[in-house]
Amino acid sequence: MSSETRGTATAGQGLGRRGLASGRYGPPLLVKAGRLVFSVALTFLGLTCVTFLIGRVIPIDPVVAIVGNRATAEVYERTRLELGLDRPLYEQYWIYLTSTLQGDFGRSVLTSRPVLEDIVRFFPATLELATVATLIGVLLGVPMGVLAAVKRGRWPDHLIRVFGLVGYSVPVFWLGLVGLLVFYAQLGWVAGPGRLDIYYDDIVPTVSGLILLDALLVWDLEVFGNALSHLVLPAGILGYFSLAYIARMTRSFMLDQLGQEYIITARVKGLSEARVVWRHAFGCILVPLITVIALSYAYLLEGAVLTETVFAWPGLGRYITQSLFNADMNAVLGGTIVVGSCFIGLNLLSDLLYQVVDPRAR
Amino acid sequence: MSGAPLSSTGQGGLRAWLLSDTPRSRHQARLGRLFIGWLALQRNPLALAGLAIVLALLAMALFAPWIAGGPASSQDLEARLLPPGAAHWLGTDELGRDIFDRIVHGSRITLYIVALVGVIVVPLGLLVGTTAGYFGGWLDTVLMRVTDIFLAFPRLILALAFVAALGPGIENAVIAIAVTSWPPYARIARAETITLRQSEFIMAARLQGASALRILYGHVMPLCLSSVIVRLTLDMAGIILTAAGLGFLGLGAQPPMPEWGAMISTGRQFLLDQWWVATMPGIAIFVVSLGFNLLGDGLRDVLDPKSA
Repeated sequence: MSSETRGTATAGQGLGRRGLASGRYGPPLLVKAGRLVFSVALTFLGLTCVTFLIGRVIPIDPVVAIVGNRATAEVYERTRLELGLDRPLYEQYWIYLTSTLQGDFGRSVLTSRPVLEDIVRFFPATLELATVATLIGVLLGVPMGVLAAVKRGRWPDHLIRVFGLVGYSVPVFWLGLVGLLVFYAQLGWVAGPGRLDIYYDDIVPTVSGLILLDALLVWDLEVFGNALSHLVLPAGILGYFSLAYIARMTRSFMLDQLGQEYIITARVKGLSEARVVWRHAFGCILVPLITVIALSYAYLLEGAVLTETVFAWPGLGRYITQSLFNADMNAVLGGTIVVGSCFIGLNLLSDLLYQVVDPRAR
Repeated sequence: MSGAPLSSTGQGGLRAWLLSDTPRSRHQARLGRLFIGWLALQRNPLALAGLAIVLALLAMALFAPWIAGGPASSQDLEARLLPPGAAHWLGTDELGRDIFDRIVHGSRITLYIVALVGVIVVPLGLLVGTTAGYFGGWLDTVLMRVTDIFLAFPRLILALAFVAALGPGIENAVIAIAVTSWPPYARIARAETITLRQSEFIMAARLQGASALRILYGHVMPLCLSSVIVRLTLDMAGIILTAAGLGFLGLGAQPPMPEWGAMISTGRQFLLDQWWVATMPGIAIFVVSLGFNLLGDGLRDVLDPKSA
């Protein structure tokens, strides 16, 4: 609630001062930050608008969902009034918006806990999966992209291009199933679905919810190893997708840089090829690369839905789909808002990092 | 790409007619441009492979009843879960239905989804983008704000929420995908329109008294179309994958239909012993999206060599 009004107010000031402030160096940081906050607030408003409307067009009568279809007319009417369904739509939206901003997404019909509590329980699993996947994507994708750019038009470039296109084209849930079939059922190299084998459950105290981290905190390497062998396949498969995206973008950024004159200067100076590529060209693409990585991280957070279903991974995506099958709209919409907010947050973060890393953007 | 025109070839044969610097009709100029594009595309073997896959998919969907041995739903309980072999090339599923036949019939559903999404997304994106770019001012600001808001949404999750609200089914899956995929088209169309707006032929049209609507429809939109189509080709794979994902989750096409994602979902129960039931439709999805990706990549190289 308060962050909302604050956002709009700062943006208002920013707009007012724009004429004065835009000198030779562009608008000052405060104005820029104001505009950023304004656009974030607006996007968030749009998100809640959509989820609110979805919640209103569903064919399930929210009153019947609570009181059941054998309730008397009196009970029905009272519940309707309690839910505020008799008020005009804009008032309902306002109530919805304020309670959402306070983290109140209503109660889940399925688990009969507040939706926020559920989300807090399930989110770390998704976070762990997406983070490890992004790490894989960055550690492999960036060098591959650089290699492809340096060897442009030769076989490493073609190989990496096809490898990336395959990553774009393969259905993630299918790859997960095939991976389980080969590496779990046939070869036995990795552990199966879920986050831990059942006899390792609840050994490690939950601190962050990220099992790898929690196991390291109490230095229980057995649990760590088990969690890792459960994680490696889903994270590897998700990581492949972010790898494909990151490698492609890295290649195209690098090609832009390698074609510039300062690279020729550097070569003429007699610098080693490695120094030219990594110190000079790569140094320049860090800024756009950060945006790409933040974006791919956001996509993984939502892309985890299918992977989580295949691997029975108790994360947010599985929570959303399972609630969906039980017509638990509070949970579905709450989850949508949380993932959407992560999306918006990561976009904002990459914008801000952009400002910090790139002196021209300041 | 373009079929051979039946009109007279003039001097020097068809090739010279197509590559003529001084086309004598609008028709000739258009075909000539297509031909030049085709020549560029021809040099890229990967793009040609993509084109071949896409054409094969079209042929498969068009001639499905003749290619397949029987209807998608013909059951043979004697022949349940047979491995791939001479009688059933890709094996049979849990009701003795031939998987190859089902994949062939399923290509129609895939194309249907892709075409419907395209039909919704392209006009919507063009309309919003060209309007914003042409008129500018507050209309531009408002429309682009809305576009940005939709661009910031998580696509699959929002599609899930939409399907949850509207109920599972192909049409609702299409709506859900379309709602979340139009913004990039609006952006592309706007960028193109802004560069076009100042050109002399638009000025000339305006001086002749053409209305804004006429300029947008007759002059701006056709010129935006090529970049929009490239983007659509590249998006096709994503649309197919999202639709298959919804089908896999049980939120898209419903089981008796031979939709590829739904087929994988039922095959999942037999994964360990009868791997082919889930694997074969997945290969179909993979090949088709790879085809669209290869083709889109090639088309982009042709139209915009810089971003290759």
